[in-house]
Amino acid sequence: MDFGFTIAAYAVAGVLFILSLGGLSGQESAKRAVWYGIVGMGIAIFATIAGPGQGLAALSIILIALGGAVGYQLATKVQMTQMPELVAIMHSLVGLAAVFVGFNAEIELGRVAAAMMAADLPFPALEYGQKVPALVAAEFGTFANLLAKKTAVEVGILRVELVLGVWIGAVTFTGSVIAYGKLAGKVDSAAKKLPGGHMLNIAAAGGSLLLTAMYLGGAGTWTLVVLTLLGLFIGYHLIMGIGGADMPVVVSMLNSYSGWAAAAIGFSLGNDLLIVVGALVGSSGAILSYIMCKAMNRSFVSVILGGFGGPAGEQMAVEGEQVAIDADGVATALNEADSIVIIPGYGMAVAQAQQGVAELTRKLRAKGKNVRFAIHPVAGRLPGHMNVLLAEAKVPYDIVLEMDEINDDFPETDVAIVIGSNDIVNPAAQDDPNSPIAGMPVLECWKAKQVFVSKRGQGTGYSGIENPLFFKDNTRMFYGDAKASIDKLIPMID
Amino acid sequence: MKIGAPKEIFEGESRVAITPDSAKALQKLGYDVVIESKAGEAAGFSDAAYTAADVEVVKTAAALFKAADVVAKVRPPSDAEAKRLTKGQTLISFFYPAANEALMELAKSKGANVIAMDMVPRISRAQKMDALSSMANIAGYRAVIEAGNNFGRFFTGQVTAAGKVPPAKVLVVGAGVAGLAAIGTSTSLGAITYAFDVRPEVAEQIESMGAEFVFLEFEDSELPDGAETGGYAPPSSPEFQAKQLEKFREIAPDMDIVITTALIPNRAAPILWTKDMVEMMKPGSVIVDLAAEKGGNCELTKMDERVVTDNGVIIIGYTDFPSRMATQASTLYGNNIRHMMTDLTPEKDGQVVHNMEDDVIRGATVTFEGDITFPPPPPKVAAIAVQKKEKPKELTPEERRAQEMADFQAQTKQQVTLLAVGGALVLGVGLIAPASFMQHFIVFILSVFIGFQVIWNVAHSLHTPLMAVTNAISSIVILGALIQIGSSSVLITILAALGVFMASINIFGGFLVTRRMLAMFQKS
Repeated sequence: MDFGFTIAAYAVAGVLFILSLGGLSGQESAKRAVWYGIVGMGIAIFATIAGPGQGLAALSIILIALGGAVGYQLATKVQMTQMPELVAIMHSLVGLAAVFVGFNAEIELGRVAAAMMAADLPFPALEYGQKVPALVAAEFGTFANLLAKKTAVEVGILRVELVLGVWIGAVTFTGSVIAYGKLAGKVDSAAKKLPGGHMLNIAAAGGSLLLTAMYLGGAGTWTLVVLTLLGLFIGYHLIMGIGGADMPVVVSMLNSYSGWAAAAIGFSLGNDLLIVVGALVGSSGAILSYIMCKAMNRSFVSVILGGFGGPAGEQMAVEGEQVAIDADGVATALNEADSIVIIPGYGMAVAQAQQGVAELTRKLRAKGKNVRFAIHPVAGRLPGHMNVLLAEAKVPYDIVLEMDEINDDFPETDVAIVIGSNDIVNPAAQDDPNSPIAGMPVLECWKAKQVFVSKRGQGTGYSGIENPLFFKDNTRMFYGDAKASIDKLIPMID
Repeated sequence: MKIGAPKEIFEGESRVAITPDSAKALQKLGYDVVIESKAGEAAGFSDAAYTAADVEVVKTAAALFKAADVVAKVRPPSDAEAKRLTKGQTLISFFYPAANEALMELAKSKGANVIAMDMVPRISRAQKMDALSSMANIAGYRAVIEAGNNFGRFFTGQVTAAGKVPPAKVLVVGAGVAGLAAIGTSTSLGAITYAFDVRPEVAEQIESMGAEFVFLEFEDSELPDGAETGGYAPPSSPEFQAKQLEKFREIAPDMDIVITTALIPNRAAPILWTKDMVEMMKPGSVIVDLAAEKGGNCELTKMDERVVTDNGVIIIGYTDFPSRMATQASTLYGNNIRHMMTDLTPEKDGQVVHNMEDDVIRGATVTFEGDITFPPPPPKVAAIAVQKKEKPKELTPEERRAQEMADFQAQTKQQVTLLAVGGALVLGVGLIAPASFMQHFIVFILSVFIGFQVIWNVAHSLHTPLMAVTNAISSIVILGALIQIGSSSVLITILAALGVFMASINIFGGFLVTRRMLAMFQKS
């Protein structure tokens, strides 16, 4: 089939992809939207395989089938609580694929140069669209033929795109692997840096720039290899330096990077669909990162550079004590309450308590109580993590509300239950200008008549910030593993 | 060590400092518990109940004072009891040290360490041992019950077959612990409840209990601030008082029941309900004066008596409300004592560690190792009091419109600047880049633009599916690998094949997992 058909297919696929992302604006339309994405992808792949310049179609199809089988396994086996890990590791695959494709382009470029030299033709071309002898052309694929027609400036630009694609791909790859490790608990989730800290990153970035200049100057393929290694290092070191609770930003940032890498590769291959999709994904990730940062009231740079800045001054001393309560007390309060708000956090995911929470919710709702969930944008380790967990446990999504939707309702709430969250319900963010999280929007659960906090022990959260909520007069601490605690509560609701 | 409670000898006192339940908790702290025979009888705790809780029962008070290292009481000790104290013995009870200096001297001369439950500082950490609050809570409740007992009508309004009954109107003056308890009891009985307090910051608490705050118009600067006086309302200025009385006079004829709880530390109770107000009230109305012990808030109150005025208003001046609910009061007081012992026994080994560095223990201790330690230094942390909040100013429509205009202009300015900068950049690139690049670049710019427009509309709850789906479609790099796989170079073919494999994992995995997630979102 001819090239025109392929491009037409790409246009269709591009539109489908846009519809697919746009459809995610609502739960119901999303179910349709994902099909648009699948069909779009199918059309794109079919058109490419059937289109000109593709050899080894059989091998490609076999490989796709193999990959599909692995993907199917991953997607059906994964627990909803492990979703952050899965997303992170999948990003790494995109990154690595981008690196490979980029390298291929570089090798092809070298081959074209050699072949043209042998055929005694100028390369890069003196003017765009110079004729390539049929003999040479026959030996090349479509891509190589495209290359052979390029002028010096075009080849230069192609190399810039190539470097970008490979470098971003490399950063995405190691970054995602580390993010996966941290999320899966295989790597210590605390922020860690090698001696030298950010200086190492700056040095690596500087080195990358230098190597880019050398590569563009024609220093050879080795510069690209070293550049890739530096990219790998930056990805590793950057993400190692970011702590567990900042993972929502990291994952969405890596999501964005994988998109930009695809776009850069699209430029170097001259493939518009890659550019379109890369740009869509890139901007999607960027917006998610922005939303997450805003929810933590921190600048993107400070999250990426890792760790909280030092407090501006003496933090307010927390005064009072944490008063414990047992399941009986919580159950009594729940039985008497009319309106209940549950605030889940990462702790609920860790303890796998979502089923219990959902069961509790069903029982309370069956008694005619108004039970709702309040979700902070950065609750969990992935944007929207809590929503997915609650959905898995069959909590209807119309009682799962965002922070802005529910924050004003706390004063009329009888009981607020905090399950495994800490910083997102910290009143210090509003009261203490010296707190490291000062100004971060938080769920104002302390305005409820009673607050129960389900927590493993008396420690501080990930950020190490003391939480005055736990010391408030209307707060009772419900110590113990979240799952065990909730399961104890369920039979007591009558 | 041993902790023990004697039978209260004060006339009419029914409470006891240790209950069988609190005894069990004390045993967990490592103490042996001993009690005087019949000490809990008036509060409904028999000797048998104590014995069942492994409490030793001794016959006489003398034996108890001899046996116990720590003596827990409710009322301040009588002279006879104080004389029984020995060196190193600890006494925990209400003590009112400011009014009982001779008693304090006596305890000091005996070498006993005295902890006054009424001196526990009012900080949040010490709330669990704040016996004044737990007793005030009971007094507030009982005040309403006592009023109901003397009031000839329903609290709640009813429409019955026999006719309509109007609801009772209750005014609670002073919204401290007792006041709030009274408000809660009164509203739950169905009365229309009004409440007044000189501290405007308690308005919120009053309303949260279901009463209506009687609002007094006054200059802010002249309002007293409760934060400096340990949460108590301080004395108010004469002008303020005059205004307050005027307000009361205005509402007095409507009120069926008035409960006054206004106390100022170490002073006589302020007169808030004057004779003429009582005269304005309807016959059969009831006034319960919880401040009777300090002279009463009502001019006509007689301590410990129930008086009926000439116009048929009943004024109750009892001072023993907690003792009238001895079982409840003993349970709460016993818990207060138990919490105090918990703080005094940091190791839970049954040994008292009288740590004078601790704010709470220091504040409550009035004699220690042969010294009088009253009054205590001010605690390191201030008492809790809600600070007044700035109310957000209501904007007039003009102001609001002006603000909207300003916002709109700022937004326009920002957008135009962004567009100008972006446009200039694109044009700049266009000047140097060749046309073949620009063709792709336009596609790129437009796609980024579409991406931004589309993604902002994505629901927050679908962020995880969004990531999974973008993940799947970013595997579009597979197209690059697919084109390259047919190359004549073996290396390229291998790398491209790997690329195809990895990207297809992503495509299938991403879309499948998205579908799985989306299928789970159910509407109720």
